[in-house]
Amino acid sequence: MSKKLTRREFLKRSAILGTGVASAAILNACAPTPEPTKAPAPTAVPPAPTTAPAAPTTAPAAPVTVAPTAAPKAAFDWKRFKGEKIEALLIKNTQGDIMVKHLKEFEELTGITVGADQPAEQQQRQKLAVEFASGQTSFDVVYYSFHVQKRLFGKNKWVADVRDYLNDPTMVAPDWDWNDFSAAGKAWSTEPDGRIDAVSNKIDYCIVYCNKELFAAKNVPLPKTYDDIVSAAQKLHDPSKNIYGFVGRGLKNANTMLWCWMLLGWDIDVIDSKLNLNTTSPEAIECAKMYQNLMKNYAPPGVGGFNWNESQSAFALGQAAMWMDGVGFAAPLEDPKSSKVVGKVAYVVMPKGPKAQWAGMTGDGMGVSAFSKKKGPAWYFCMWAASKAMLARSFAAGSGAQSRNSVYTDPDALKSLVVPKEWVDTVVASGKIGRAALPIIVPVTEFRDIFGVALNNMIGGADAATELKKATDEFKPILAKSEA
Amino acid sequence: MEITSRALVAQRKKAYSRRGVYLWFIAPAVAVIFAVIVFPWIFTLWMSVNDWRIGSEIKFIGLENFATLATNTRFLSTIPRTLYFTVLAVILPVILGVFAAEVFHQNFPLRGLLRGIYVAPMMATPVAIALVFTMMFHPQVGVLNFLLSLVGIPKQLWVYSADTVIPTLALVEVWQWTPLVMLIVLGGLASLPTEPYESAVIDGANQWQMFRYITFPLILPFLMIAIIIRTIDALKSFDIIYVISQGGPGTASETINIYLYLQAFSFLQIGHASAVVVVFFTIILALAIILLVARERLRWNR
Repeated sequence: MSKKLTRREFLKRSAILGTGVASAAILNACAPTPEPTKAPAPTAVPPAPTTAPAAPTTAPAAPVTVAPTAAPKAAFDWKRFKGEKIEALLIKNTQGDIMVKHLKEFEELTGITVGADQPAEQQQRQKLAVEFASGQTSFDVVYYSFHVQKRLFGKNKWVADVRDYLNDPTMVAPDWDWNDFSAAGKAWSTEPDGRIDAVSNKIDYCIVYCNKELFAAKNVPLPKTYDDIVSAAQKLHDPSKNIYGFVGRGLKNANTMLWCWMLLGWDIDVIDSKLNLNTTSPEAIECAKMYQNLMKNYAPPGVGGFNWNESQSAFALGQAAMWMDGVGFAAPLEDPKSSKVVGKVAYVVMPKGPKAQWAGMTGDGMGVSAFSKKKGPAWYFCMWAASKAMLARSFAAGSGAQSRNSVYTDPDALKSLVVPKEWVDTVVASGKIGRAALPIIVPVTEFRDIFGVALNNMIGGADAATELKKATDEFKPILAKSEA
Repeated sequence: MEITSRALVAQRKKAYSRRGVYLWFIAPAVAVIFAVIVFPWIFTLWMSVNDWRIGSEIKFIGLENFATLATNTRFLSTIPRTLYFTVLAVILPVILGVFAAEVFHQNFPLRGLLRGIYVAPMMATPVAIALVFTMMFHPQVGVLNFLLSLVGIPKQLWVYSADTVIPTLALVEVWQWTPLVMLIVLGGLASLPTEPYESAVIDGANQWQMFRYITFPLILPFLMIAIIIRTIDALKSFDIIYVISQGGPGTASETINIYLYLQAFSFLQIGHASAVVVVFFTIILALAIILLVARERLRWNR
């Protein structure tokens, strides 16, 4: 019998073979992908500063009166919720990395199992809003930014009031000490009606990073006032040698932060507590002109597209004499692998403006979802995440200023600090003049976006007053609607 | 004859009487289409006539969202910008793709391997590509400016300047999608008859004349398919723009899609964003109709 393959036979075999290959491919595609390595151990060098984009608050730290955790004699027990399982929605940042790295410690301490998720900041914020709005959350405890989400969460009561826990000795570890938190930290997590929505973990202050070598070469003193900043930028600016006087955020949205930080030097809030927009005031225009002058005349070309990361690399490469941004960038600047300015950075407290000296601040913390059915264990997680030991770890990693006062004197943290002591002094000094830079409103993102476009246009040469007027007109109805 | 037609009528009647039964067979398809296409559409339309911001009350406002869009200069400026990007991201890949197809249609050593290498960009994930290009465009440490400096060309601002951002972003699209046009055209070239070329050679036509008067008209139907696919892809392009420039500097590269994303996912303005979707869909539909009509008109076998 001839073995000749008929056409029909050939097609049949091909079909079988094809199906086999296809199913293998499908099976392969469906196969569980290897668990993404849960947050790589936070290296000593935090990759990125936390509060990249920043946002607002009006209220200059109102003192908070919360009954301090009373007599620790009551039976507080870390094991009270043994066997429970909670979900924590964190962010991919240094704080999140440190929490994930030490998660075992929490699980052993409490017997609570934690599922931790760390999406990128922007995605996490979207996820939060959508889940909270739906009235059901897949997480019990959440890490969020006060300067962006405080008003949105507070207005909708999406996070649980933790005062009941703070006042209950059986729910607070005896050595936890609420009063160790700085006034600014407490103010951040407190709502106007007295509710406490979260435990503050981190505060970020605006500082000016100066390249000491460049300043010394031309014998220019480090800036103490806004005028000093402008004149130093002018003197040190030398594009022919690839040296620029100043660098900062020019990218729409991110740049609004810089303008708001600077505006505090005129001693006004961009939007006051009665929701009046000060955005077309003479001070706001003056400040925008200063921003325009620095960014248009003394910054590297293309600065209009710079966020903090481009600014950071310009400064780290020694191409910028000054960089104004959050305090959390010291670690990468002092890392020889990513920086050419190791040991040459002066961490300068935000200089005095025409009317006042304030260090604009932003802050993050952890809250318990109001929709969680496991609020107790979730609260335990918040407590642990903001414990002295945990915040000392974040501090040692150089990730920024912490909400607890005690970390600054913690000998272990100071010993393992990856950044110079001078940075700590700047953080402490900034803490004394900290003031929320962005308004505490719901449409923070629109605010930053609309004014960000205006500021970006100014870098391109547009008139400051006209741009601010246009942006204000555009934003006013949005703000009014959000509070209606 | 008579019998056949009578039998046919009877058969039809029988079929008609069983139509009710057959209708059930399409029910699953109808259900699926309703759930994944019709319902989301109706829902989007409904959202577009409401003032809906996540975290606030939902309020019916009729066509107010559309009225706002009609006077919103920021939104209106996204339309020409989207079209500018689309034109660049369609025309360049089509020209380069046809040229590449002509090259790969010739016989030369290692042709198969080179074809494989040429189509590789198409297989990569856009977000991954975008991240790599972001690093390459970086003003200080980007490799592109370094390469330019080697040949004495001054540093370029690439995506960091409002003037060059859209062409630069289109460049990334061109790099990734020229191979697709090449593949489509190459398929067309392979299907062409050889006789016209033989006669042309006898008549003394040169290479350009053969391309212009034989190849081009014959591959036109394939080219139209490539243009339609590219146009739809370029119009809805999002990932590359979002990852590389986020619509910046300022709003210089804010296309309709980026604007839509901002409204929906950054500002949480669901109602407003839905109105943008409706407008965007209308634009795409209009363009698709124009292209389809053009394609019908160009059918060479009519």
